[in-house]
Amino acid sequence: MEQTNFQLKKQDAQSHEWETQLHHATKATREDWIGRGISYFCIGIIILVVASMLWFITSKGIATFTQNHVSLWKFLSGTNWAPDQGQIGALPMIVGSFAVTFAAAIVATPFAVGTAIFMTEISPNKGRKFLQPVIELLVGIPSVVYGFIGLAVIVPFMRHLVGGSGFGIISATFVLFVMVLPTITSMTVDSLRAVPRFYKEASLALGATRWQTVSRVILRSATSGILTAVIFGMARAFGEALAVQMVIGNAAIMPKNLISPASTLTSQLTTGIGDTIDGTLPNNALWSLALILLLMSLFFNAIVRVIAKRGQLKHER
Amino acid sequence: MNAKRTDLIATIVIDLIVASVVGILFFLLAYILTAGLPHVSWSFLTGATDAFSGAGGIGVQLFNSFYLLVLTMLISVPISLGAGIYLAEYAKDNWRTSLIRSAIEVLSSLPSVVVGLFGFLLFVVKFKIGFSVISGAIALTFFNLPLLTRNIEESLSAVSRSQREAGLSLGLSKWKTELGIILPVALPGIVTGIVLSAGRVFGEAAALIYTAGQSAPVTNFADWNPMDPASPLNPFRPAETLAVHIWKVNTEGLASNAAALSAAASAVLIIAVLLFNLGARLLGTYLYRRVTASK
Repeated sequence: MEQTNFQLKKQDAQSHEWETQLHHATKATREDWIGRGISYFCIGIIILVVASMLWFITSKGIATFTQNHVSLWKFLSGTNWAPDQGQIGALPMIVGSFAVTFAAAIVATPFAVGTAIFMTEISPNKGRKFLQPVIELLVGIPSVVYGFIGLAVIVPFMRHLVGGSGFGIISATFVLFVMVLPTITSMTVDSLRAVPRFYKEASLALGATRWQTVSRVILRSATSGILTAVIFGMARAFGEALAVQMVIGNAAIMPKNLISPASTLTSQLTTGIGDTIDGTLPNNALWSLALILLLMSLFFNAIVRVIAKRGQLKHER
Repeated sequence: MNAKRTDLIATIVIDLIVASVVGILFFLLAYILTAGLPHVSWSFLTGATDAFSGAGGIGVQLFNSFYLLVLTMLISVPISLGAGIYLAEYAKDNWRTSLIRSAIEVLSSLPSVVVGLFGFLLFVVKFKIGFSVISGAIALTFFNLPLLTRNIEESLSAVSRSQREAGLSLGLSKWKTELGIILPVALPGIVTGIVLSAGRVFGEAAALIYTAGQSAPVTNFADWNPMDPASPLNPFRPAETLAVHIWKVNTEGLASNAAALSAAASAVLIIAVLLFNLGARLLGTYLYRRVTASK
């Protein structure tokens, strides 16, 4: 009796061991759980950062309207910016930001597309060996250095050329032109390279010249890519802070012309946020400017998506 | 005008455009180097700054830039490595993944001044840490994470599928396969990306003026105890970096030789960034050779 009991117990223990082996995780599986846990944690941090960034800036930005009861319409259309006296008209900054952004994009696009055509169609060899590093170096130059050169070269030059202080939208446009040029160029190069080779071959075989091929076949089929490139450049120009702030003159008044001091959303933010007290109207008003910046950045993002989707549809058809 | 002539004119116009773009870069580099380098000396690189006018050397700022860079990389590389592995390996192709991808895209397209203001709001206003190295490093991490994550994901995804299958068929876990087989192969691309992002972080100023602050208190370089307030390693002291210094000298303009000063500081900054770019290329090629054993 005693013995059988012992045997049974032994059997039990053995089957238990098998059970552990069969039903419990192996070392590899446990490693995988840990790895999975780590990578989920890391991606979780990024999601948390994005979510809290959107939440904090939005809640701060709408305080002007919910706590200080400034009307949204007055904020967007008012031209008088004097937050100390309760005058919250952000239109001068909004106009300033859009003016420099569009002007920079308009000036930069022909240069960027021309350079990209050279790099892909005219001299791919020189393009890769020589122009690629040039573009990468231009991307690498920090924005304060662009601002400093603007201040040291472009502002005095404009002062010399047209008089006045030299600060203003046109100086900011020149600085931003150089800053967005590499962004637009490198993305345009990518989209030109993505054009199927046989498009070009077919066109050349029909006896078209290089320019006819480029202008009527390659540029046309790369249109959505070039548009995306320009939008990216505009997003960069819209959000650029210090370089613009250094050359635009920072006067929160409606820009009357291109050569008098003006201001942008970013320049107003960088000069103002340190001088105001948290929770007061002048401070909240600045956060509302930051909210506009955030919304515009989301808007640029959305446009890029729409263009990408439409481009995809075209290729599928 | 016939087609051939149009073609010729178009080619000439494009050549001129390219010449002007190249000209712009050479002008920029030549201007900064000729205006700045004559003022760069050992005493400028190591000297102290006059707290009121901003004149004098850039020793503390240069140290701050490197210290912030190291801290930023220490925080952001592990996180983006984990996130990159998630996206390359674990993420399924569904709405949740595309939401995560859009979140990363949004973060990468946010203007750096907005990222800086968020850091200011969080660390300086809410947590009351004040303008400090650590606030600056975390703000720079926010700014650096999306690009680094995307770079790591791309490098990992580019590794061929058969390498993964080989690892898994040996009975290794997915995680071990990723760390032991895929990561070493993807390393050249990842390292290049890290060094390039280091160049970007080094030159960033907008995210720092309200997080790391605009003052560089004189620190005692003989004191290496991070807990000591006067130590250069103390993460809770304000730290004006080189890029912020250039901005500040130019906008406040109290130094009589502001132009020469910022030209010299810009020259140092540009040379540092160029070295990062060059280093990224060389290191990438070197590692690629080591890993792939190709000539």
